[in-house]
Amino acid sequence: MNWLRELLLPEQATAYAGKVDDLFLFIFYISAFFFFLVTALIVFFVWRYRRRAPNERTPKITHNFKLEVVWTVIPLIIVIVIFFWGFHGYMDATVPPRDALEIRVTGKRWVWQFEYPNGTRTLNELRVPLGKPVTLIMTSDDVIHSFYVPSFRIKADLLPDRYTKLWFTPEKEGTHVLFCAEYCGTGHSVMEGKIHVLSESKYRDWLERGDETTQAMPLPELGALLYQSRGCATCHSLDGRRGQGPSFKGIFGLTHRMADGKDALVDENYLRESILQPQARIVEGYQPIMPTFQGLLTEREIQALIEFIKAQK
Amino acid sequence: MTGEPMSSTHGDYLHEPKGWRSWLFTLDHKRIGVLYFWSTLAAFVLGGILAMLIRMELLTPKSDLLPADTYNKVFTLHGAIMIFLFIIPAIPAAFGNFVLPLMLGAKDVAFPRLNLASYYLYVAGTLILLGGILGGGIDTGWTFYTPYSSTTGGTVSLMVFGVFVLGFSSIFTGINFIATIHKLRAPGMNWFRLPLFAWGTYATAIIQVMATPVLGITLLLLIMERVFRIGIFDPKLGGDPVLFQHFFWFYSHPAVYIMILPGMAIISEVIPVFSRKTIFGYKAIAYSSLAIALISFLVWGHHMFISGQSQLASAVFSFLTFLVAIPSGIKIWNWLATMYKGSIKLDAPMIYAIMFLALFAIGGLTGLFLGALSTDVHLTDTYFVVAHFHYVMMGGTFIAYLAGVHYWWPKIFGRMYSEKMSRMAGALVFIGFNLTFLSQFLMGSRGMPRRYASYVQDFQPMHVLSTVGSWILALGLFLILGYLLVSLRKKPDAPANPWGAATLEWETPSPPPHHNFDRTPVPTHGPYDYDREPALV
Repeated sequence: MNWLRELLLPEQATAYAGKVDDLFLFIFYISAFFFFLVTALIVFFVWRYRRRAPNERTPKITHNFKLEVVWTVIPLIIVIVIFFWGFHGYMDATVPPRDALEIRVTGKRWVWQFEYPNGTRTLNELRVPLGKPVTLIMTSDDVIHSFYVPSFRIKADLLPDRYTKLWFTPEKEGTHVLFCAEYCGTGHSVMEGKIHVLSESKYRDWLERGDETTQAMPLPELGALLYQSRGCATCHSLDGRRGQGPSFKGIFGLTHRMADGKDALVDENYLRESILQPQARIVEGYQPIMPTFQGLLTEREIQALIEFIKAQK
Repeated sequence: MTGEPMSSTHGDYLHEPKGWRSWLFTLDHKRIGVLYFWSTLAAFVLGGILAMLIRMELLTPKSDLLPADTYNKVFTLHGAIMIFLFIIPAIPAAFGNFVLPLMLGAKDVAFPRLNLASYYLYVAGTLILLGGILGGGIDTGWTFYTPYSSTTGGTVSLMVFGVFVLGFSSIFTGINFIATIHKLRAPGMNWFRLPLFAWGTYATAIIQVMATPVLGITLLLLIMERVFRIGIFDPKLGGDPVLFQHFFWFYSHPAVYIMILPGMAIISEVIPVFSRKTIFGYKAIAYSSLAIALISFLVWGHHMFISGQSQLASAVFSFLTFLVAIPSGIKIWNWLATMYKGSIKLDAPMIYAIMFLALFAIGGLTGLFLGALSTDVHLTDTYFVVAHFHYVMMGGTFIAYLAGVHYWWPKIFGRMYSEKMSRMAGALVFIGFNLTFLSQFLMGSRGMPRRYASYVQDFQPMHVLSTVGSWILALGLFLILGYLLVSLRKKPDAPANPWGAATLEWETPSPPPHHNFDRTPVPTHGPYDYDREPALV
């Protein structure tokens, strides 16, 4: 019944996903059986016992002890089986192995921030080695978020001032989508990340040298990439539409009125400050909600973003 | 329709006494029921229009029709209106008020003034809640999760206070029904001669009285945190956000049964009447309502398997959740067994009762996926959950509500509606509902998270199906509203007992006189005795 699994469930990228799917399909078959039993009985009774005369008398059947025991005990046994099966899977999912690679995750409106053991930090893009268990130690900077990877069948909330854990062993190379599953406001539906599963050697190379493809990229092009991957797009539009933050369209060279009443010219230094210390000056009419990117972007990446913003005429 | 049409212009409760004051200050349980009926219906129409807006926005993957912030406010309002202004009060406060005293052979509820007070609290709570929209609305979701709700802008405190007031309305209704069922039964109406609607209302009232205060306190704490910055839930102030979820679901899970038990209670009335057969397993149905009411207090943690609560707690909550499934299952088998060897007639109320059985079965069975720990982790906070609770709340409670509307309409308003139109509308509702929400199961199990204003391209075909389904569903519902309103202006008048039912409310004229019964009825038979000569028709 592989087609059914493929119809109902997303791609399986961990062995654990397979176990969850087995239980899912077991419950599905049980449910389908009982649903068809109930509907078949309804249809049969409605047809077989349709009213033929207006004042028909019917037998007085008040109860049937044996039947009532049967339809209490059989479902009870079935749900207890389902309970233990689900519990077993849940224990697998909540107890990480000791030798797992530990990565720190911080959720903030509306970006995912990752920190690797060697100090490398990324935004919205998590790279992990194929076949190695990974433990995520997660917290939130503001409200509750939830780390959800459908193809891994895992999900856990991120809470402010507290750590929660999640672990998985990726078994399929490629890119898997990461959603925020706990409602967190304006950018909730675009708080998306990507999990790249790389071969062990590629992962090591990346960790040591960073991403080579971006090294040779011209600045505005790299900026366009960062605009998407670092979550700028959530709040700053390119078409002039007002978002949570000002649009980038034609912003360079403008003079902005600030919340404190002063004016500021949007130039390279202003943009740099806005990226690294967004709370320093707030444009009038906007909320001070932008997270700081201090330590999250390399010097070249900051320049790339500035060049990208400059190019938005 | 056979039998003698009752003249509906003399002395019935709708026409005597006259004047708008006599309605606004009425202490008659029937009039209060009718006031509740129209008020909750208006709330449903408003909530429904918001639902249509949500579906329109989701027709395309981008957030284009509504900006994300507006979308968030719209789904928050849709949830809050449907839950607090419609589903919770609709069946108990409208039908319970109208029918319960009649079923018991009583002249009114135990505390008529408290009853009117409950209605005005409902109105006040509604005005406060909706007044919050004028102040900009809120974007917290109807669940008000902290620390989002304690830090976001908007009129959160005001709207939460509205819900607090509505809670008291619900508690007053509950107290009234408990006292009424204990004290005002007609002579000879012992506990096991009570119609099952009374049992269901009784179980509901217990939950209303016991659980609602917890919600009230929780919401007050939230207001205190927002207004006085007292740290209770917000970690920045030293609070615990998960504590809010525990408090909230301690009310809101039992509240799910405040919503479904009255629906089940209607089904327990309709199926025997239209099968002309004694209800099967009267005691099993009555006791399973009480069992549900009690166990429902012990399962709240199943909303929080991924919230960071302890694994042990999750396991215990999962186990108890499966236990509460059993009494609901028992009811379905009992209703089916009632139809066995019956004399089944597919009038509108029965069509909806059968629809209820099928849709509630889907709602209940999909609950198994969410009760099991490992599958819930994948499915929670996705459209699978959205579809599941719409099957239970709309496919279950709302369809049962429609069964009740069609069943008691002749009694309440003294008019029959078009049978042909009711079938057509029923078919549209059934098709539209399934199209809208079956597709949501599929996108949910494939990983579409809920409360998303925009989404990834892959999910679009299912969203389109769902939106088209919502149009068909809306068409069916407007058709129902149309022919019901037409029936108010058009004959035929309804006879006292158009369905040949055996409960007491059918032994008085339609619509009933102000004082309900000319003389206190003495039940000489059980509420479902169809083995004797047919009741007065």
